Amino acid sequence: MARRPYVRPMDGWWKRDPFFIRYMAREATSLFVVLYAAILLVGLVRLAQGPAAFDAWVAILRSPASILLHVVLLVVFLYHTLSWFQIMPKTMAPIVIAGRKVPGPAITLLGLGASLAASTALFILVKVLSP
Amino acid sequence: MAEKRTLTIEVTRYDPDRDGGTYVQSWPIEFTDDMSVLQGLQQIKDYQDGSLTFRWSCRMAICGSCGMMIDGKPALACRSFLRDYLPGPLRVEALAHFPIERDLVVDAQDFMTKLASIKPYIIPKQERTLAEGEYRQTPAQLERFEQFSHCINCMLCYAACPQYGLDNKWLGPGVTALLHRYNSDSRDGGQDERMEIVHRADGVWSCTAVGYCSEVCPKAVDPANAVNQNKTKSAVSFFARFLGGK
Repeated sequence: MARRPYVRPMDGWWKRDPFFIRYMAREATSLFVVLYAAILLVGLVRLAQGPAAFDAWVAILRSPASILLHVVLLVVFLYHTLSWFQIMPKTMAPIVIAGRKVPGPAITLLGLGASLAASTALFILVKVLSP
Repeated sequence: MAEKRTLTIEVTRYDPDRDGGTYVQSWPIEFTDDMSVLQGLQQIKDYQDGSLTFRWSCRMAICGSCGMMIDGKPALACRSFLRDYLPGPLRVEALAHFPIERDLVVDAQDFMTKLASIKPYIIPKQERTLAEGEYRQTPAQLERFEQFSHCINCMLCYAACPQYGLDNKWLGPGVTALLHRYNSDSRDGGQDERMEIVHRADGVWSCTAVGYCSEVCPKAVDPANAVNQNKTKSAVSFFARFLGGK
């Protein structure tokens, strides 16, 4: 009776478990982050080219297609933020306060709260500064 | 008298003497609410098909022998209850990402070799004679590694790690957790040699933070945390070289 270990194929592994699908979705959101960084970078280049170029870029941003894209991006970024802070407790050294380890869900909530606060602060700042 | 119910267990089987890879065979079993999946398999083996092959020992989630894919998820058969899989059928398969020897038994040699490679024991900073007494430790020093010492080598985390499944050169979650357990021990002096393993491409850097290893761990070891803490350590040590550090 000879040994003949059988190695199972890994094809389509990420469809095997909902956890893997959520992981792949998290990784895929980074591509949307790159896309938005490119949009902002183009804006910066257009700004350097003068007021007319910048106004043209802003006009494109105000088009219905662009607004739809931004809505999609917003949803994707919300998931990106959520998944980022969900994995955060697993990626850091333990925080010990008064001799007790801060539990993972508390770190996740703290991170989500901080990003909400930062986004709100930025939104208010832009509203105050815009003419 | 406990009420008996029926559940069908489908097992992905493998026979090395038979060509064509794995095949599925199912058996209906009668069970009571207190019966584990392991007991279900034992019932099949004892009364229906003696050739069904699986590993088990303690029946109480401490030996780490009965890890398998239960309804597609890595779990200990002794710690999973048949009542939770109604109405069934319940699918049982050998632990993912390991070669199957027969039925639900996998070849664990790769894990064993890696486990030995990280020297999973205390390498004393300074040898003490018996007369000098024991190596003492404060509760705070124990707290730094205790959770990682709870690993029972059940390999569920390996079955949860797609990176290990795709390339098994990677050291993997469980062994890294144990590496971290010894490196974090105040009595240990083996950090430098273990960190050489951490720094390698097949050390912690093969991890892409899927995080499922920590979800399936039956002992709340959180191997993903051990791996990612060592990514930080590895990165710090890489950059510290330029500042004249170690």
